Amino acid sequence: MKPAGVLFGLRWRQPSVLPGFGLTLGFTIFYLSVIVLIPLATLLLRPAELGWSGFWTTVTAPRVLAALRLSFGTALVGALINGLFGLVTAWVLVRYRFPARPLVDALIDLPFALPTAVAGIALTTLYAPNGWIGQLLAPLGIKVAFTPLGVALALTFIGLPFVVRTVQPVLQDLEREVEEAAASLGAGRLRTFRHIILPAIAPALVTGFALAFARAVGEYGSVIFIAGNMPMKSEIAPLLIVIKLEQYDYAGAAAIAVVMLAVSFVMLLVLNLLQRWSRRHEEARV
Amino acid sequence: MNPAAKKPRSRHDPTTEPGWVRWLLILVTVGYLLAMLVLPTLSVFIEALAKGVDAYLKAIDDEDALSAIRLTLFVAAIAVPLNVVFGVCAAWAIAKFEFRGKSLLITLIDLPFSVSPVISGLIYVLLYSIHGWFGPTLDALGIKVVFSVTGIVLVTIFVTFPFVARELIPLMQEQGTDEEQAAISLGANGLQTFFRVTFPNVTWGLLYGVLLCNARAMGEFGAVSVVSGHIRGLTNTMPLHIEILYNEYDFVGAFAVASLLAMLALVTLALKSLLEWRYADRLAGGARH
Repeated sequence: MKPAGVLFGLRWRQPSVLPGFGLTLGFTIFYLSVIVLIPLATLLLRPAELGWSGFWTTVTAPRVLAALRLSFGTALVGALINGLFGLVTAWVLVRYRFPARPLVDALIDLPFALPTAVAGIALTTLYAPNGWIGQLLAPLGIKVAFTPLGVALALTFIGLPFVVRTVQPVLQDLEREVEEAAASLGAGRLRTFRHIILPAIAPALVTGFALAFARAVGEYGSVIFIAGNMPMKSEIAPLLIVIKLEQYDYAGAAAIAVVMLAVSFVMLLVLNLLQRWSRRHEEARV
Repeated sequence: MNPAAKKPRSRHDPTTEPGWVRWLLILVTVGYLLAMLVLPTLSVFIEALAKGVDAYLKAIDDEDALSAIRLTLFVAAIAVPLNVVFGVCAAWAIAKFEFRGKSLLITLIDLPFSVSPVISGLIYVLLYSIHGWFGPTLDALGIKVVFSVTGIVLVTIFVTFPFVARELIPLMQEQGTDEEQAAISLGANGLQTFFRVTFPNVTWGLLYGVLLCNARAMGEFGAVSVVSGHIRGLTNTMPLHIEILYNEYDFVGAFAVASLLAMLALVTLALKSLLEWRYADRLAGGARH
């Protein structure tokens, strides 16, 4: 009999006395393939029906380009706002003690728990020209609902927890001794923050930013209510996929989806490389 | 700490900021969160009750609203248990054994989180619609996936796929295999080992995963919207029903159904915080998302 865990003469798993490996791994791979891998694979094969030139004309149509620009642009704005406020929020939650702090901490995850459609209609009602906040902004000439500004607002809402939750644990584990040393050498708080604290939390900050950005690019439910959905102006890329599907243009819908996934993937890859490079740079300096 | 001792400390402690900076940052944070998170949530309940409690109750007691609630509960009741079974199997194989390709497998399990909800729905339409790959075959057998409850269940399983697994895997990895090996060497069989040794160690972590999985399953909008076909009373979940009512300018109706989902979100958050606070040592190290 062959020993377990040897395939083509290669040992691919270490022996163990525990039972159930074959059954559980087999079921895991089967379920993963049926639910995730096979459906995702069709997405990559479907645009091939259009041919290369058909694919290119579909994704470079002005309406598609405008939607992609809006989706990626507003996602970037939302992620930047979340980067700034996420950093401040994480700082305040970790470093300061104030009444109701545990409640505020628990509340951060609300955008993960609140269904997107609920967030969408709530934000739209608040920021519509006759809404509670909308009517305060209207005299100033600021229109939020049914403009790209509204899209950015919704994307800021749904990405709010990411930066807080990635920076918070790193800030918590940061050793205070280094800050004391910096202070005893005469550094002010701002200088200590810039040279000691910021470099330590930068990787977590970038990770949170990337997660918020990736989530915002694909977001649909909270945006379609507040966007107004005017072609070329406030129509996001996921909505365009839905519109193409309703017209039974399946290959076209798949083509836009592939472009969205490809652009997000490249952006995350670049961020990842950047992070790795900066870490190596940091180590070289020390 | 008495106030007299506090003041000189803040002036001389060089590792914290001056009092006014601290309070300014706290105020900015709390103000920002009030405007961004609390106000929208509050407005859901206020809009729902805008025309009184009677109108609110009538909006929920509506035939279509009730069938949307039933469908949402039905879909979650199938999707969540299936993902629990998957999560437990995946965690057992990944956490208790050493094999090649493990990190690739973990990456693949996390994949649905990085796919846009609309694209999640789209891939199922591409596969199962009448113009799709498997659609014509299934249609000949009389099975309909797209524009039916089956499709809604499938995409819900897809979007909630990683929740339980990604909570259990790190937790069971942290716990190692010593206890299980002891049980086996004392003569327990596999199932006994799992239910008497492993399961009691991961109960709270599993509950945590189920909580998040369920919240997403009941609230999913984009993916479900693509495959549902929006047939009233048949393939309308609660989030989809909210959209229909809102677009028909039935705001009390839309916000009434939305208020139920908002309550679900608040209960989920409360239970999640309770688990994090009470059983922090029984959850995976990176339990916070």
